[in-house]
Order: sequence, then C-alpha cells, then structure tokens
Amino acid sequence: MSASGHQTQGHEAQHGDDAPHGSRRGYVIGFLLSAVLTAIPFALVMGGAFTDTRITAGLITVAAAIQIVVHMIYFLHMNTKSEAGWTVMALIFTAIIVVIVIAGSLWVMYNMNANMMPHMMTETGSGGM
Amino acid sequence: MSDTLLKTIFGRLTLESFPIHEPIILGTFIVVALGGVALVAALSWFKLWRYLWTEWFTSVDHKKIGIMYMILGTIMLLRGFSDAIMMRLQQAMAFNNDGYLNAHHYDQVFTAHGVIMIFFVAMPFVTGLMNYVVPLQIGARDVSFPFLNNFSFWMTASGAVTVMASLFVGEFARTGWLAMAPLSGLDYSPDVGVDYYIWALQIAGVGTLLSGVNLLCTIIKMRAPGMGLFQMPVFTWASLVTNVLIIAAFPVLTAVLAMLSLDRYVGTNFFTNTGGGNPMMYVNMIWIWGHPEVYILILPAFGVFSEVVSTFSSKRLFGYTSMIYALIVICILAYLVWLHHFFTMGSGASVNSFFGITTMIISIPTGAKIFNWLFTMYRGRIRFELPMMWAIAFMLTFVIGGMTGVLLAVPPADFQLHNSLFLVAHFHNVIIGGVLFGMFAGINYWWPKAFGFKLDKRWGTISFWCWVVGFWVAFTPLYVLGLMGVTRRLRTFDDPSLQIWFIIAGIGAAIIAAGIGAMLMQFYVSIRDRERLRDTTGDPWGGRTLEWATSSPPPAYNFAFTPVVHDLDAWYDMKSRKASRPTEGFRAIHMPKNTATGIVLAGLSTVFSLSMIWYIWWLAAISFAGVIGYAIFHTFNYDRDFDIPVDDVRRFEDARTKALAAAEV
Repeated sequence: MSASGHQTQGHEAQHGDDAPHGSRRGYVIGFLLSAVLTAIPFALVMGGAFTDTRITAGLITVAAAIQIVVHMIYFLHMNTKSEAGWTVMALIFTAIIVVIVIAGSLWVMYNMNANMMPHMMTETGSGGM
Repeated sequence: MSDTLLKTIFGRLTLESFPIHEPIILGTFIVVALGGVALVAALSWFKLWRYLWTEWFTSVDHKKIGIMYMILGTIMLLRGFSDAIMMRLQQAMAFNNDGYLNAHHYDQVFTAHGVIMIFFVAMPFVTGLMNYVVPLQIGARDVSFPFLNNFSFWMTASGAVTVMASLFVGEFARTGWLAMAPLSGLDYSPDVGVDYYIWALQIAGVGTLLSGVNLLCTIIKMRAPGMGLFQMPVFTWASLVTNVLIIAAFPVLTAVLAMLSLDRYVGTNFFTNTGGGNPMMYVNMIWIWGHPEVYILILPAFGVFSEVVSTFSSKRLFGYTSMIYALIVICILAYLVWLHHFFTMGSGASVNSFFGITTMIISIPTGAKIFNWLFTMYRGRIRFELPMMWAIAFMLTFVIGGMTGVLLAVPPADFQLHNSLFLVAHFHNVIIGGVLFGMFAGINYWWPKAFGFKLDKRWGTISFWCWVVGFWVAFTPLYVLGLMGVTRRLRTFDDPSLQIWFIIAGIGAAIIAAGIGAMLMQFYVSIRDRERLRDTTGDPWGGRTLEWATSSPPPAYNFAFTPVVHDLDAWYDMKSRKASRPTEGFRAIHMPKNTATGIVLAGLSTVFSLSMIWYIWWLAAISFAGVIGYAIFHTFNYDRDFDIPVDDVRRFEDARTKALAAAEV
C-alpha cells in the first residue's frame, strides 16, 4: 500500500460541508414564488376562470412545472457548479428518464386504449386513463 | 365477547386464518417451528445472543451488513427453491389427475417462488456483494451513511419476514409474481394474499432504495485520492450504474403498489375494471420498474465477472473503457424496452416495432461485454479456480439465454411464445446463468477476503457441476415444451406425451438440489478445515484491485492509511511498483458507532405491515406512530462516533506485518 498520502478521509471530511446553504433573501424569494404559484391554480379552479377544463388543467401543469424549478433553485440550492456538476448531471439523467417514462406511457396507453377499448375512447374522449 | 369487539381487536384475523387443514403447510410449519426452537435453544445455550446483538445486528460496519445480506439471501434461496421443487413435482405428476397440490396452494407456490427469488434472494445477494466489496475497492472505511445501511438491511429482512409469515398465517398472493391488476384488485383477490405481497415489497423496497442512495453517494464521494471515475474497478462501476438504476426505478414500483393499495384499502379506481380504472396502466407501470430491475440484478454480476476474468487470466481487463460505456448505454436503454413484456396486450404494430428494435439494440452493449471477457482470456494465463469456472459457465449459458431473449424480442415470435414455458426457460436461463452464477463466482472469489480462508475446492467443484448440468437438464425441456405451446403456471395437464419432458425437468431440479446441498457442504467443510485453507497474505488470488491490499478479513477500519491511487488496477500497480506497506505512524481512526435503531425501526415496520394486512387498525396506528417517533428520537442521539485507539490499530497492523513476513518465508 502506498504510504505517500496520509490523508484522513470519510467521516472527518464530512464535517467540512461546502454545499451552499442559501441566504434569507433566497428563501424569501423562493417562498413568495411558491406561494404565488400555488395560489394561481387555486384561483383558476375556484374562480372558474375558464369554462374549458383542459385549459385549466394545462395551466395547473405549467404552474406545477415552474414550482419544481423554483424549489430546485431556491430550496435545494442547485446550480451548475454545486457538487462539482453532479447535481446537474443527476438532473439531466432524471429529466431523460422522466420524459421517457411519461411520453412513453402516454404513447403506449393511447395505442392500448385505441386498440383494446375503442368504445371507451369514443364515450369519454380520453379513454380510461 | 361480541363479534365487533373481536373484529376491532384482531381485524380479519380469525382462527380459520391459520391453515391447519392443509397437511403440507402444517407439516412445514412443524418442521420450521422445531428448527426455530432448536436454533433459539442453541443460541441461548452457547450464550450467543449478546454477541449477535452487539457484533452483528446493531453493526454499522458495511462488511458485516454485507455478510448479513448474503446470509439472508442464502436462507431465502432455500425457501424459494423448495417452492421450485414443489412445482416441478406437481407438474411431473399431474397428468389426468390432480397431483398433490390443490389450485389454491399451487397458485401461492408459484407466486411466492417468483417474489422470493427476485426480491429476497437475488436482491440481497446483489446488495450484499456491493455492500461488502465497493467500499474496499474504492479505499473507503465505510459507506457514506453507515446507520442507514444497517436500517436498509433490516427493512429488507423485515420484508422477508412478512413473506415468510404468510406461509403460516393466512395465505400469500395467488396472482403471479407481479400481481397484475385487475386480478390483484379487491374484486378478484379479496383475501390477505395480495396485501402480504404489497406490504412485503413496500417495506423491503424502502431498504433497497435507501441502500441504493447510500452506495451511489459512497461511490461518488468517498473514493480514495487519485481514483478518478475512470480509475474505478469495473465492479464498482457496475455498482454505480446499478444504484442509479435502483434510485430511478424503485420509486415507480413504490408508486404503482401504493396505487394498488389505495384501490384495495380506500376504494379508489386506478386499476379496476370499473369506475374509469385502467388495469393496463398497472401492467405498463410495473414493467417500467420491472425491466430496469432485470438490469439491476445482472449488472453487478457483469461486474463480478469482469473482476474474476481479469484476475484469473492474470491480465488487465480487455477494453475497460468500452466496458464502462456499455454499462452506461445499458443504463439508459434499460428504460426504453419495457413494453416487450406485453407485446400481446395490443398496443399495435408501430409501438411493438419500436420496443422490439430497442430490445434488440440492448443486446449490442451486452454482446460487447462478452467479447471483452473473451479477449481478456485470450492469451492470458488462465487459472481454473472456482470463480473462473463459474465465469466460463456463465458465458456459455448466458449467451444462449441472450439469444432466446433476442428471439422473444421479435414481436411476431413473441405472440407465439408469450406466457409460454419458453419464456420461463429464457428468464431462468439469464437469471440463473447470469445473476446466480455471478453471485456464486463472487462468493467464491471474495469469501477469502471476508473470512480469511478459501472455500473448499472439491465440494465447490461438485456444486458447480451439479448446478450447471442441473440447470440445463431442468430448463431445456421447458424450452421444448414452450415451443410446443405449453403455457406457464399450469397445474394439471391432459396430454400424456408431454409428461416425459416434465419428468426430465424434475430430474434437473433434483440435480440442482444436489448442487445447493454441495454448496452448503462446501461452506461447512471450509469452515471446519479453515486452518488448512487459511490465507495470511490478504491476496490469495493475485488480485488487482484495492480490496486485496488489506488483510483478510479486513480490520473494522479497512485501511490503516487511505491508499493513494495512481492507476487503474491500483493494487496491481502498487505490487508492480513494489510499494511498501506502511508499518508506523498510525493514528487513531474515527469510526461510526453501532446502533439498535435500524432493527427497532424495521421491527416496528414489520408490526405495521402485518397489522395493515390484517386490518388491525389500532395496532397499525400505534406501530406507525412508533416508527415516526423512534426515528425522530434517534435524531437526538448525538453519541454516534468513536475513535479506534491508535494502540489497537498498531497492534492489528503489527500482527499483519508479522503474518506477511511469515507468509513470505
């Protein structure tokens, strides 16, 4: 075994945590943005802003997606430099998998419903999903 | 007492829930109970409880946890294999008669066999090997979160206990190992079986997921200085990719089982036939987890073979970089093929073609790995030790399994072979020939590291030949029967011309049973003759990676000094540079302290899952509150670490210096 390095590692090293912890300002901005992004969907549904529910659902989805980004930036302190780029790498991987799973499922289930439950497709419009 | 009071106290647990009318189960219960009593008595007689509790059950040492995983896997292998023998016997007998198992029992047997073999044999083996080997290979002293590691193990064990409980209290699922909806819904499975299934997998799933997070973090954050990603041993790389797959895939299983539980417990309609539910979505989602799961099992085995082939060919692994890229490509492609498990469900030609093609593509990186192993062996000085024998048997067996897999990936062929015994033969071919052979290679390879003595070669060879021959005798008939159109999970048959194939398959299972027996005998003989098989060098095989740099078994702290890595195959590099082992300048070593929290939390979780299964709501509430409360209580435990005194380190290292000097003479 090489004796050239007498590094201590592992549990001692963990105490020197250099991950960013964010500022009060960051948390306040994050909180306000999340509150607004939560309020918008409630307002849309309770106020009945759109008669077409698909528009409402779409807007809620958009608000949810933005909410995810807000959380990642202001609460999880993710940026391109944190953890030597590992968090961004993990994010990209997650995004790929989530897109595969959601897009794939929609595609697969649409075809399943079209082929196997055609009467349901015409009755309810969206099938049994 | 009134009925309502009894129901409040015991939920749906009644005296009829105990299957005393089933002679087979009753007999098993008596044997298990007697064995259990004998074990408890022996442990008490030899006063081993305290030792087990302080040295093992509460240990946060990754090495001990790894060994406990392997023991759990071995015990569950015996249970899962008894199910296999029962099925083979039933199918060999039941021609124009009822055999010896009724439908109610037989359906539980094949479900339990699949669930146990995947979740409680293969997964503990894989996790156990990764737990033991990865920190040693990267020169770390433990995993990133040692307590979490202990907790993960006990959650897995808790799931296993839940499955075993179903044998004697109530019943197990009768749905097949994936509990497909709507059969697993309340309308068609009103009994406790599916609830046992759900809670066993949910509890064990917590353990699997957390251990995945733990190992991934360990590999990324705790590598020895100088070990870049592309200096990592291939087994560590395989573990890295495996744990990424675990973290991305297991939440899907958790989610789909949670939705199934909502359907069963609170009357939602995610996967029912009525009320807008869609059972096809269950199939879709469970395979989004299920296919990556296959790679979660096989990739660590690939890692083992890479280490073994390289070590026993006395050569650097051929195509290291291509091995790594193959792993990464498999990691992504594993998420693009799930539909090939249900080509016949009716998604149509375009969808089927897409998933058929992605499935065929995934055989390219896998094939590249096979060629790399072959080229590593080419012109190497091959030593036919047991791990190498398993590796070669793997290559021959797995290639056949891979080819039948590609055959099944062709949608029109799959329409013929779907749900047939051909499929059963195919996945046993890759899981036994790939995963199990890999785990056996790993056990034979790293046993001397874990215990300080090699495994007996004679019994190992007997076990090897029994397994390999037994496998082919057992599963070739199933390929033939599958091509003739026999579907899986059948209990009785009409056509007497088929019987001979099932009898041959039964003989194969008996040969495998001999292989398991020989393996247990191998363990016993090796422990008995440990002085004869002793290895004092810590490097019995001429290894190439860091785990062989330390003593066998390694001290609790693994390495007195953190090794510094300059090259791939760090230990081989040190040996060839004649780097000397440091013999002075030791320091006290900071280590995590043992804790009983893991076993307490897992015990409470077992109570919770059993009370949910039996609708004993008051107990479920109390035990759930207990889990949360105890977890919070544990966060106030600040007494988590200690220092191994420098004297202890020096004593151990000096003893090793002497042992090494004696070994050289």
